[in-house]
Amino acid sequence: MDRFLYLTFDGLSRGAVYAAFALALVLIWRAARIVNFAQGAMAVATAYVGYSVASATGSYWLGFVVAIAGGLVLGAVVERVVMRFVDHSSPLNGVVVALGLVLIIQGVLGMIYGNDYRPAEAPFSRDAFQIGGVTLLSRFDLFVFGAVGAVVVLLTLLFTRTSTGLRMRAAAFAPDVSRLLGVPVGGMLTLGWALAAAVGSLAGMLVIPTELGLHPNAMDLLFISAFTAAVLGGLDSPVGAVVGGLVVGLLLTYVSGYLGANVAPMAVLILLVVVLLSRPDGLFSKAKARTA
Amino acid sequence: MTIVERLATTTKNRQKSRQNRFVPLAGVLVGAAVIVVLTYTLPPFRNYQLATIGAYLCVTAGLTVLTGLNGQLSLGHGALMATGAYTLALWQDRFNLLLPGIVLAVVVTTLAGGVIGLAAARLRGPYLAGLTLAVAVVVPSITSTFDNTFNSDQGLSVALNPPPGVIPVEQWQVWICWAGALLTVLFLAYLVRGRFGRDMRAVRDDETAAKLAGVGVARTQVLAFVVSAACAGLSGALFAVLAQSVSPGAFPLTLSLFLVMAIVIGGLGRLTGALIGAFLLVALPSVAQSIAEDAGSQHLEGNLALTFFGVVLVVVMLAAPGGLASMKFPRKIRKQKGQE
Repeated sequence: MDRFLYLTFDGLSRGAVYAAFALALVLIWRAARIVNFAQGAMAVATAYVGYSVASATGSYWLGFVVAIAGGLVLGAVVERVVMRFVDHSSPLNGVVVALGLVLIIQGVLGMIYGNDYRPAEAPFSRDAFQIGGVTLLSRFDLFVFGAVGAVVVLLTLLFTRTSTGLRMRAAAFAPDVSRLLGVPVGGMLTLGWALAAAVGSLAGMLVIPTELGLHPNAMDLLFISAFTAAVLGGLDSPVGAVVGGLVVGLLLTYVSGYLGANVAPMAVLILLVVVLLSRPDGLFSKAKARTA
Repeated sequence: MTIVERLATTTKNRQKSRQNRFVPLAGVLVGAAVIVVLTYTLPPFRNYQLATIGAYLCVTAGLTVLTGLNGQLSLGHGALMATGAYTLALWQDRFNLLLPGIVLAVVVTTLAGGVIGLAAARLRGPYLAGLTLAVAVVVPSITSTFDNTFNSDQGLSVALNPPPGVIPVEQWQVWICWAGALLTVLFLAYLVRGRFGRDMRAVRDDETAAKLAGVGVARTQVLAFVVSAACAGLSGALFAVLAQSVSPGAFPLTLSLFLVMAIVIGGLGRLTGALIGAFLLVALPSVAQSIAEDAGSQHLEGNLALTFFGVVLVVVMLAAPGGLASMKFPRKIRKQKGQE
């Protein structure tokens, strides 16, 4: 029972990271109808920059801030320089260009930093402390909950309470009408990409200390898990992304806790197949109109 | 373009395709002759590279048909190649009969492709890409979970008999790989020219219209995936023959991304594009390798090719989504031609 409780909290902590990353995918999907397959690579790139700054200055928090800010910049650059010019006549094009970005980012990271795992220390202890004789969660887990919770609250406030959020939603929902009404649709799109990449960077900074360390491919599996989470919640639904993230996190932790860590990726694949075949539009979707 | 004009061009194309019935066969025969001559003139290392191009051509040809003509983007073909390679390795370990082993590898991968294809037929665009990406990422996990069979990260060695007679090994490998590649290309060339090719294109362009015209959309998609998977299985088996070993490290996610790059750069849906792509998959890393050796940097090795592929992929997608093969005519001229 103790083990189950411990795994549950560990799973929720992992799930919070997946939720943040899935949220980043959903943000871009809602704004541009692109699943950003380069999200993982972009997050790794900013994490490398963040940890370089941290080791150069000796301050983890400075590196943390640089990583998030780097995410904002990288997201905006990717949208302005590359994604804006993708021909949207086929949904394949956006995916293929994102894959090209993955290759570029991983290649450049490998050229600068090499392809070995580099240690990435956590800002807080990862040793779980006990509450009432039961080992539950670590200070780092609390930090994860706090950071992801803050992001969710801030994004909700941004989209529901500010005029910028309203413009972003309008630009995504009806670009032509918004343009007529004076909304800078292109700028909103850039802002959406920047925000999503920053959230992705945060997820990267939160997950990399718990895994093997920094590596150009460090986020491949995380991307799959977060994609599964986003699909589970429906790519259009931010709430779904958070719920999906927590579900996937719990499932993965139970599977690796009881069956072995090797089995976890297969569990993700099976979950993804089941979700895509039974509810391809997510748990929170409505029935779709027939086409023929 | 009005319907009448479109019908007229279709009829024209059909007449043209009747005239071109023997083009694939002739092309493949010429190709076979060129390859045989090349194997006697090239040094062993070049022969090895030539064989690798052949092995790549099997999978790029299959993938370009799937993606270019049927609109399904698969990022899991690296995993399908691994399926073929592991099947051959396990077979060779027990029986050591190459040809039945390769056939078995193709059959097993076809079955695996059928399973993925059944799921894929219900998925579109990014969903399919995400699912197949997951398949590609899961390979190392499978080999280490069932390490009694697949021997985890070390992988398996592939037992092979020496080539018959006094032929050098590399030459023998070229013949095996290119026999597979040319047969694949011949098969695909006739397949896409026939009714099935038309069905695939119809489904790609407009599923609703295809359905109304009596084309089985799901059936066509599953079949396209299965055919493409069979090609990937053959390619994987050929890679096992080439490397004489299989391991998860030989089929990383990057391989699947490279395959996408290869078919995009040569022009989606074109078999000549698949050939260009297969050539570049071997030539570019080799060029990057020699640059890295000149620069004397370990970090450059491999990563230079990776970056280069990425840049090429992005630039081609933004500047000429039709691929290199379509760059012969600037777009404007082609449009004017169509309007005449």
